[in-house]
Amino acid sequence: MIAEIGLAALWLAAALAVLQLVGGVLAVRGQGELASVVRTSAIAQGVLAGLSFVALLWLFIATDLSVKLVAANSHSAKPLIFKLSGAWGNHEGSMLLWVTVMALAGGLIALVERRLAEKTLLATLAAQGFVAIGFYAFILMSSNPFERLPIPAVEGNGLNPLLQDIGLAFHPPTLYFGYVGLSVAFSFAVGALVTKSVTPDFARAMRPWVLGAWVFLTLGITAGSYWAYYELGWGGWWFWDPVENASLMPWLAATALLHSVSVLAARDALRTWTIMLGVIAFSMSMLGTFLVRSGILTSVHAFAVDPERGSFILVLLSLYIGGALALFALRANSISEGERFKLTSREGALVFNNVMLSAILGIVLLGTLYPLATEAFDVRVSVGPPYFNPVGAIFTLPMLLVMAVGPLLRWRQDNLTRIRLPLVGVAVVMLATLAVVVLLGAYSLLADLGLAIAAGLAIAAFLPLRGRNLLRVPLATWGMVVAHFGIAVALFGMASESAFSEEKLAAVSIGDTTQVGPWDVKLEGVVPVAGPNWTAIEGHVIARYDGGKEVVLDPQSRNFWAPPQETNESQLATRWNGQLYAVIGNQAEDGRWQLRLWWKPFVTFIWYGGMLVALGGLLSLIGRLATDLKRRRALRRRELRSGEAVA
Amino acid sequence: MKCLIAALLSILALTATAHAQDSMPPAPYAYQQLDDPGQEEQAQALMETLRCLKCQSQSIADSDAPMAGDMRHQVRSRIAAGEEPEAIRAWLIDRYGDYVSYDPKISETTWPLFAIPLILALVAGLLLWRRIGRKKGAAT
Repeated sequence: MIAEIGLAALWLAAALAVLQLVGGVLAVRGQGELASVVRTSAIAQGVLAGLSFVALLWLFIATDLSVKLVAANSHSAKPLIFKLSGAWGNHEGSMLLWVTVMALAGGLIALVERRLAEKTLLATLAAQGFVAIGFYAFILMSSNPFERLPIPAVEGNGLNPLLQDIGLAFHPPTLYFGYVGLSVAFSFAVGALVTKSVTPDFARAMRPWVLGAWVFLTLGITAGSYWAYYELGWGGWWFWDPVENASLMPWLAATALLHSVSVLAARDALRTWTIMLGVIAFSMSMLGTFLVRSGILTSVHAFAVDPERGSFILVLLSLYIGGALALFALRANSISEGERFKLTSREGALVFNNVMLSAILGIVLLGTLYPLATEAFDVRVSVGPPYFNPVGAIFTLPMLLVMAVGPLLRWRQDNLTRIRLPLVGVAVVMLATLAVVVLLGAYSLLADLGLAIAAGLAIAAFLPLRGRNLLRVPLATWGMVVAHFGIAVALFGMASESAFSEEKLAAVSIGDTTQVGPWDVKLEGVVPVAGPNWTAIEGHVIARYDGGKEVVLDPQSRNFWAPPQETNESQLATRWNGQLYAVIGNQAEDGRWQLRLWWKPFVTFIWYGGMLVALGGLLSLIGRLATDLKRRRALRRRELRSGEAVA
Repeated sequence: MKCLIAALLSILALTATAHAQDSMPPAPYAYQQLDDPGQEEQAQALMETLRCLKCQSQSIADSDAPMAGDMRHQVRSRIAAGEEPEAIRAWLIDRYGDYVSYDPKISETTWPLFAIPLILALVAGLLLWRRIGRKKGAAT
């Protein structure tokens, strides 16, 4: 019964999306009386999609084994949290989650958005309905999560053991929230293109969605990177794997969009550029979904493989993106560029960095798709870190330098001599760091430059606060400072990991001690252990940093039996200045055990940095929303007063 | 019929050897570093740019697959014997094709990888020059 209610709600929501599109189009073309229909259907669609997703959660909690999806992905004995995450840890459920979040977002816009011109809002909701229709069709035609089995299963299949990880339970939805946020930004962009009104008010309405999406994407990428780092067992934290790139590309586009939309809101400049980035950002989300969901890639992340669905997503992708680009080509000329500015101005720096971000995005896109393209012609090439790192750096390094200076500049036009002192200070810090790093004996060009720029940027990030009363600095400015500082912190971690990591592969007998960096590591013993669906050998390792306190580590080499799979569970000893990473391997014929050890100075800064960036985005978001609320309240009070005056 | 039996037998033999290969102990340098730190660093740098052919998007430096272990052994013992890293890469590409190297070199099949970033840089420059360079005159 619950499954049927869920499915019925989904069909109704799809029908309302159609109504929302048709009504919206008619309303924009002059039949204004349909406006209330559009708003109402957007809200009702949100409620119905939400209901549908709740029904799916219910089925998973109750472990209703007559539903195919539940039988395939759940198990009655699973802990509740993994039953819940099982609902979206598969293709059908994750698509339902996507469309639900999207419908809720549409409902929210219809409910609270009051700044946008009525027509633009209606066009936005129509676009939102149009995008949603595609996803409803996709779910209802090819990925129905509520499908019943002819005969109920006796017991569920369980969930991939690798996915039974609390971090991974929340990793995909986090990225999805980001993708959906960008779909909202896309709808705004299309709405503004339709009515040709790209205004600062439009930018202010769009900004919270972009900020929210960006925060979720940042968190998702950071968490995904840490997961790969501790789970894969070789200490790598970023592989330029296509699935990783699929989440990085929307982030790059969203970062550019975020800055562009801020310029539009503050200065009424960069109108077409903002619209263009809105279209690109959502294209990258769709492309990411396509790459991950279609099975076109075979990579460490590709758990879901199904080419038929891939072609469906590809059709949707070309329809939406092609349509939006065509609309853009038709309308771009009728939208003026907006306010002008000089090269040395805040806008100038932001434009420079947006162009750099777009170029980086272009390179990641190229490096990700090129091997797929050549594979179609039976030529197999690999594009990996030796390509992405240096080629990306050509654009990343100038961008980081401009990022240090940009926030210090004034809007419209400025003079570099005005900020000579801070500029020289930051440059001195960078050069001094470079000298120290080279003296320490790190000779990797990119890593050394990264460390130097990170040091300079860390200081430059706080310079916009100089000479200001810290209590009166707006929250949004704090957000920028924290996020930029976060970039510096993450960059420092990345460069330090690359420049100073030490690796030790050792075959040790029980009782032996070996060294890695400043650590003495002793293998005390090896014991067999068993888990619910695996057996393992567990090393008992005692490590001392520089002769200090003992730290106990228990790395495991696990054998899962269903499906048969061997994984190495690494163990980490975290200090403020880095991590010791320990893995135990197999036993050699002479009875010695394989220990893999890494000392990675400041590696944790990568993820601390990522979290700071997300925190910065969150502060900004809260600040902007608070200002909006205040403005809205003031507006209402004024309306009331003028109403009284008339009366 | 004879043909069929022979074919079946050869398949059996093949799977048997494949199985034997998997259960063989790893080659010595698969999980052992070279004694000379300079040579080990060279080997490590090279291994990070070679693809594990049996895995998905991992280099031979971060894989537990037996084949990656064998390749690490190859790389380390060749470095120890004094071969140049690029010569070892060329040897591997000769055997396994361009696919094995994560470091694409300019060739008939890879030139767009280098031409397009160049074009991107030019377009970026042009865009900036047009948006800002022209504005400079307009704004003053």
